[in-house]
Amino acid sequence: MTRPSVRESRDAASDVPRGERPRSLRRLAPPAMILAGALVIVGLSFLLPPFRNYQLATVGAYFCVTGGLTVLTGLNGQLSLGHGALMATGAYTFALAQNRWLSLPVSLVAAIVVTTVAGLVIGLAAARLRGPYLAGLTLAVAVVVPSVTSTFDEIFNSDQGLSVALDPPPGTIPVEQWQAWLCWAGALLSTSLLAVLVRGRFGRDLRAVRDDETAARLAGVDVARTQVAAFVVSAACAGLSGALFAVLAQSVSPGAFPLTLSLFLLMAIVIGGLGSLAGALGGAFLLVALPTLAQAVAEGTGSPRLEGNLALVIFGVVLVVVMLAAPGGLASIRFRRRRTS
Amino acid sequence: MSQFVYLSFDGLSRGAVYAAFALALVLIWRAARIVNFAQGAMAVAAVYAAYSVTAATGSYWLGFVVAIVAGLVLGVTVERVVMRFVDHSSPLNGVVVALGLVLVIQGVLGIVYGNEFRPVPTPFSRDAFEVGGVALLSRYDVFVFAAVGAVVLALTLLFTRTNVGLRMRAAAFAPDVSRLLGVPVGGMLTLGWALAAAAGSLAGILVIPTELGLHPTAMDGVFVAAFTAAVVGGLDSPIGAVAGGLVVGLLLSYVSGYLGATVAPMAVLLLLVVVLLGRPGGLFSTTTARTA
Repeated sequence: MTRPSVRESRDAASDVPRGERPRSLRRLAPPAMILAGALVIVGLSFLLPPFRNYQLATVGAYFCVTGGLTVLTGLNGQLSLGHGALMATGAYTFALAQNRWLSLPVSLVAAIVVTTVAGLVIGLAAARLRGPYLAGLTLAVAVVVPSVTSTFDEIFNSDQGLSVALDPPPGTIPVEQWQAWLCWAGALLSTSLLAVLVRGRFGRDLRAVRDDETAARLAGVDVARTQVAAFVVSAACAGLSGALFAVLAQSVSPGAFPLTLSLFLLMAIVIGGLGSLAGALGGAFLLVALPTLAQAVAEGTGSPRLEGNLALVIFGVVLVVVMLAAPGGLASIRFRRRRTS
Repeated sequence: MSQFVYLSFDGLSRGAVYAAFALALVLIWRAARIVNFAQGAMAVAAVYAAYSVTAATGSYWLGFVVAIVAGLVLGVTVERVVMRFVDHSSPLNGVVVALGLVLVIQGVLGIVYGNEFRPVPTPFSRDAFEVGGVALLSRYDVFVFAAVGAVVLALTLLFTRTNVGLRMRAAAFAPDVSRLLGVPVGGMLTLGWALAAAAGSLAGILVIPTELGLHPTAMDGVFVAAFTAAVVGGLDSPIGAVAGGLVVGLLLSYVSGYLGATVAPMAVLLLLVVVLLGRPGGLFSTTTARTA
């Protein structure tokens, strides 16, 4: 990876974007990307059977949060184990809003707004913390979710959670197909916005802060504000993702957002290649594909204990091996090779 | 008043466990500048080993010994096989690798033992003694104090009175100079991990019977509480870890007793936020600047 020089990171927006962005993003303008992505998804959703459509939708919902997290962790160097909790915030807000007003756009916006505010609060604390301290704080946030839902059980109905009232899809569209469209609309919109953001000055500030805080500060970057902004943007994505998961499951409960979810998200972006949105997409795909694969193996061997747990082991081993072999993740190896050849 | 007294003793007993666990975190932090996020999962694995031995032989004490030995072995394995090869250019790397280990250990335990809660026996009664109608503490609490006290004393003696302890401190403080003077720095690091993991296992086998039971994720909450304890005391300070553990134990006990058990994790989070924002070096820290 090339470090952006300080001068480069302070240049006006007129300079040609370069550096470590994946080529696909550099080549395609975001509107074209959205259009192409939407066409692919709509086409796929007509070809796939209902269960595959549901999985496709899940990939989309994961892509929202991995996209946001890769901007935070990959581009800005802040580690968050609390994104599972932020997703829970989005999901619960969505459920409460939906059960009261039964309006999808209103509930989605509410979920994003509330999670953004939560992200702002965590981000303000996070901007003063580094490394293991930040990881420990966000870990505490992730672990506190069941405690919150149990303490305020008249609102959140403790461990049982809430069911989500949803209108049936318009026309004669099958539910799974509608879910796929909805999730991918959210994913494409949010990640394109992220792509636009990280292309410009904000993205250079993020990388400058990650690579050398002192140099960034000397060059006039407001380090704290950049870090808080990264957290807020990333939280908004997590909120949207949480709301989409509430749509998919038609219910929300603390059991759906365990600490393991946050670790999985981290694994996804590390394996995908920290800091690249294409890597975030790959990670989101893995988050759906690996458990499915592990499930198939578990059913094949007829051992119920393998179910779920095998996926944990595979995720963990892959994460450790990738980190020991290449701290930038698999994608960084790939891009580096391509650049030198 | 009687409830306050009872909660105080209960809090000190919990706090002793958190102190042992926080001490494990501090040991590794001082030796390797890594917060071992896999500590909880490693401790659970050691307790599962003890559980198997106790179930097979019927002896709690044999299981107890096995837990400590399993802790030592796990510590050595994790350091030699994984942590030694972590790139230390960014503090993120060590954390992420430890989290990967959490997934591996929890997954393997789930495959071997299943994901149900298993009750773990205690060697002593957990019924509290009563003095003048006021419940004070149980035989088990006394055992917890004795065990943690013994570990703290042993570690203190090791680090302040023995040659090995001196070498360990030297290896952590100035690795290059120590190596020139003939200290096996790598070996000292491995020893540090082994001791820390054993202390963590001790905390695990002491605390798990008093909670919901044995489960691959049983130590997640304890880890957060102990991390908070270590931060309250300052990650660099073993005495701080012990004091921090007692503070967190008392806080959790009072909050659970007066406000409800579900509020306790929120209280820990609040304490962590307050300490991190107010005095990030910890209340007992001797260093002036936080570097990582």
